[in-house]
Amino acid sequence: MTDLPLTMLLAGVVAGAAPIVLAALGETLSEKAGLINLSLDGTILLAAMTAFVAALASGSVAAGFLAGGLVGTAVALVVGLFAIAWRQSQVAVGFVLTLMTRDLAYFVGNPYSNQPGPSAPPLPLPWLSELPGLGPVLFRHSAPVYLSLALIPLLWFALFHTRWGLRLRAVGENPAAAFARGFYPSRVQLVCLALGGLMVGLAGAAFSLAAKPGWGRPQGCEGTGWIALALVIFGGWHPVRAAAGAYLFAFLQVIGIHLQQWLPAVPSQVFQVAPFPLMIFTLLLVNLLQRKRAGGMSDSPLRRALRLLTGDPPAALGRPLQRDG
Amino acid sequence: MPQALPGGRLAQGLLIAAAVGCFTILVLLAAGAPPLAALGHIALGALGSWSKFSHVLKAWIPLVLCACGLLFTFRVNLWNIGVEGQVLAGAICASAVLRSETAAAAPPLAIALALAAAAGGGAMWAAIAGMLRTRGGGNEIFAGLGMNFVAQGGVLWLIFGPWRRPGVASMSGTEPFATVLWLPQIAGLRVSPVGLALALLAVASTIVLLQRTRLGLRLRAVGGNPQAALLFGLRTEPWMMTAMGFSGGYAGLAGGLQAADVYHRLIPSISSNYGYMALLVVMLSAYRAVPVPAVALFFAALAMGSIQLPMVLQIDSSLSGVIQGAMVLAVLAAGAWRARLKAPGRGGGDD
Repeated sequence: MTDLPLTMLLAGVVAGAAPIVLAALGETLSEKAGLINLSLDGTILLAAMTAFVAALASGSVAAGFLAGGLVGTAVALVVGLFAIAWRQSQVAVGFVLTLMTRDLAYFVGNPYSNQPGPSAPPLPLPWLSELPGLGPVLFRHSAPVYLSLALIPLLWFALFHTRWGLRLRAVGENPAAAFARGFYPSRVQLVCLALGGLMVGLAGAAFSLAAKPGWGRPQGCEGTGWIALALVIFGGWHPVRAAAGAYLFAFLQVIGIHLQQWLPAVPSQVFQVAPFPLMIFTLLLVNLLQRKRAGGMSDSPLRRALRLLTGDPPAALGRPLQRDG
Repeated sequence: MPQALPGGRLAQGLLIAAAVGCFTILVLLAAGAPPLAALGHIALGALGSWSKFSHVLKAWIPLVLCACGLLFTFRVNLWNIGVEGQVLAGAICASAVLRSETAAAAPPLAIALALAAAAGGGAMWAAIAGMLRTRGGGNEIFAGLGMNFVAQGGVLWLIFGPWRRPGVASMSGTEPFATVLWLPQIAGLRVSPVGLALALLAVASTIVLLQRTRLGLRLRAVGGNPQAALLFGLRTEPWMMTAMGFSGGYAGLAGGLQAADVYHRLIPSISSNYGYMALLVVMLSAYRAVPVPAVALFFAALAMGSIQLPMVLQIDSSLSGVIQGAMVLAVLAAGAWRARLKAPGRGGGDD
């Protein structure tokens, strides 16, 4: 390859981050409407397994993505059943589901472990991929990567510049007022949860059919669901910031692989695990510094910059609905 | 407060068992495995012989310890997902003591010191997550997860770095501790009386502390209604930290026993996911201490019984996790159903 290492590095980040972006965007959508879907980590794994098996059986990558998306939606609907219809703790249900779907994925997917299977082919976009610099970084990927890139502005626009987005944010902030205004919070929440689950399911498929092709125990995507959840919360419930965090995380992972070559004395397992705590603590630190500012101290440029990175949660996030139809 | 689950009703229990059984059979059929044979093998694997039952008891000890600790954090409405990392921190601290050159000189003292260090290490690990929550305004779930990742990274680093086996470092863990430092075991049962005694002590102390002391009352007040507690002069922060300390201490002790008694060394999967499993145990126990030993025994039997499934039926041992999860979901559903019956038209739990 004649590409500069930097271009290759960035292209690797864009491709590696795609599933995390999809998952973080899906979770942003349901949390904006006030519902936490804590089952992300297990759901991604179950969707990854289903997508791989479906693609293997049918020979069609598209069928795999469809199956993954359906699994994500189905798990989200289970969360909805317990949290919305039965008013159970969202955290409790989500946590149980995250463990259960993970074990279900390992159990059902066991016979398909370590088999060669199909993966999403690269689809260089006709004219854009020839752009100097930008082309190789952004436009020589497979379909799920383009989907992740397109969904970032799309979700931002839908959330902040459409009536639909206004309505779901109203439900997330004040369900009682939204109810008084004439729409049913539970229905809005259920739709957002299902759509968000669909994206999470696609994220799983994007792992097993593109970013880390194949199925096994471990698959390699374990833990990223928790990262996606943290990105949503510490990204201030904003799709663009959550996506930015996903790229930072993918960058840490790619850098880890390179550092491994330069520092052979450090065990490779450390590099595989390191991005996870590093990411979570970066997010906690940003959050912490931003909190300090609220104490009324002087505004330094650093803190003003940090304020751009964080935001407040939807006011009714995680609370069960009191009443509606 | 977490909602109470329906208790004592035989019909309801049978219904839940039937629902979970049907679901399990469906999952087994989907995986192409013979359902009855699979369930039979789990039962045999757990209770088939004294030696098999001793493995169940070995898993029961850390499960009970972690679950007891989690009862404290649930009292103040905290989700201590960091329990997994607290187990690891305890295992690291115990290993550090038992690996020291002087440890073999006075084994009983070294073991006592190792277990104390384990409890202290777990409590400290929990305190960091607690500080991130109370001082940093972070969410305790993510602070805990971050600490889990750090602990896991720390264990791997130690095993592949400073504590690696002479020659080749591997996933099989560090060099075993000197045999004089292994805990004595009950003849024929291969379980340490120390571990069993500590687990029973944990249950007793948890019941007494939470139900018979001011500490328990205060934790309940802080968890139930922080605003009201504040008006009564109870500051929430110290009590949250206290609960985290207890939780981490018990979890750390579990990790210390895993290293000192079960594996006699530090291995990457030293926690065996018992921390996460203990969260399910507590949920299934309706967040109460009394049912914890029985529920933990059942979960331990499921987990240990399914270990031989890959060998006899070529199916994955994660089946036990699926059954455990299904049980908790079924019980949650039953709780919701009961709440609905109680308050027709209005629905149940408020927060």
